[in-house]
Amino acid sequence: MALDKFGIAKRIAQELQDGFYVNLGIGIPTLVANYIPEEINVTLQSENGLLGMGPFPTETKVDPDMINAGKQTITTLPGSSIFDSATSFAMIRGGHINLTVLGAMEVADNGDIANWKIPGKMVKGMGGAMDLVASAENIIVAMMHTNKAGESKLLSKCTLPITGVGCVKKVVTNLAVMDITNQGFVLLERAPGVSAEEIKNATEGKLIIEGDIPEMKI
Amino acid sequence: MNKVFENAEQAIAGVKDGMTLMLGGFGLCGIPENSIAALVKLGAKNLTCISNNAGVDDFGIGLMLQQRQVKKMISSYVGENAEFEKQLLSGELEVDLIPQGSLAERCRAGGAGIPAFFTPAGYGTEVAEGKETREYNGKMYLLETALTADFAFVKAWKGDTDGNLIYKGTARNFNPMMAMAGKITIAEVEELVQPGELDPNFIHTPGVFVQRIFKGTDYEKRIEQRTVTEA
Repeated sequence: MALDKFGIAKRIAQELQDGFYVNLGIGIPTLVANYIPEEINVTLQSENGLLGMGPFPTETKVDPDMINAGKQTITTLPGSSIFDSATSFAMIRGGHINLTVLGAMEVADNGDIANWKIPGKMVKGMGGAMDLVASAENIIVAMMHTNKAGESKLLSKCTLPITGVGCVKKVVTNLAVMDITNQGFVLLERAPGVSAEEIKNATEGKLIIEGDIPEMKI
Repeated sequence: MNKVFENAEQAIAGVKDGMTLMLGGFGLCGIPENSIAALVKLGAKNLTCISNNAGVDDFGIGLMLQQRQVKKMISSYVGENAEFEKQLLSGELEVDLIPQGSLAERCRAGGAGIPAFFTPAGYGTEVAEGKETREYNGKMYLLETALTADFAFVKAWKGDTDGNLIYKGTARNFNPMMAMAGKITIAEVEELVQPGELDPNFIHTPGVFVQRIFKGTDYEKRIEQRTVTEA
């Protein structure tokens, strides 16, 4: 059975390692924070200027001067630090953040990502997405395998305006976990009960399937 | 030299039609509320506004958009604003969208005397169109130029009469870089104190970057997404 968005977040949480500094984008990536294994210590960065993002505040602790990049009210934790936007993006561009998880509208089999603009629709802007994808050492995309029309979001070439070139290293969808290599998408894991054939049919870009592909352990 | 002004109306003296303004803040967090209210009252038009966001319909820069004061926005994200969308689609308003980190660094560069810099953000995208690109150590970068403004409006938590500023929480965001990049920087603060009352070790913006300062009043500090945990 294909995963839901919570399942995708759970699977991505398995990629986290002790000591990681991580930037989580809006949407499914935000949910990853709920599944960080208890035995490891992960520090969340919010690009508006906070390292060590804590949970939402209780009603009485809401502070309008404490928000995350999604403009949600949040808290700090012991060991948090606060800084300006230039310093924040110095962390990102300078390669100090170990992992970035973000959503996408399309990913190509060469690692290109499109997630900021749909021609003909109101453009809201890229926010920090272009800085994040251009710089992070390790970028995982969290998204559904197909769009609402049932069309593949894993393509041989992005059709939408791209956010960054050749930058995505791994994609976790409701159907599969894939690495992106010089050869294209490489199927690593299948969602429970989903066949490699189904994944291939839902993938427009080049998908490499070698040997028996294990199921995800969620 | 006295930097202290009585209120926002007096502090913004000299703002004229067609000028370029920087306004600090991320979303509605850390925005110069008092200065925006005074700019709306002043009614200066054809302004170019550099700010990460454009406010919401009835708050922040949205109030200036309502009065048709803004000719061009330079921002990284302008969602959450129907008036903005209307003016953009009708061609009344121009927008220049810039990756958020590039926007922050362009302001910082403007204040730091660096005319341009290479960044990887936006390489290979439409943001790079018409910009010089160069390879360093096998990776491609594009040239982004510095930004400065006739006036920069910033909001801090505490300030002293010499213009030294301390911000609170994530309301810091773009304020320190914009303070550096304004030809005239106007700081509004919640608490205005005498020199010596702020610990020099904890100053975020040194007073040299601030030309005018006033104590703001009636801060609304509107929250865009009130998210809470059950107690």
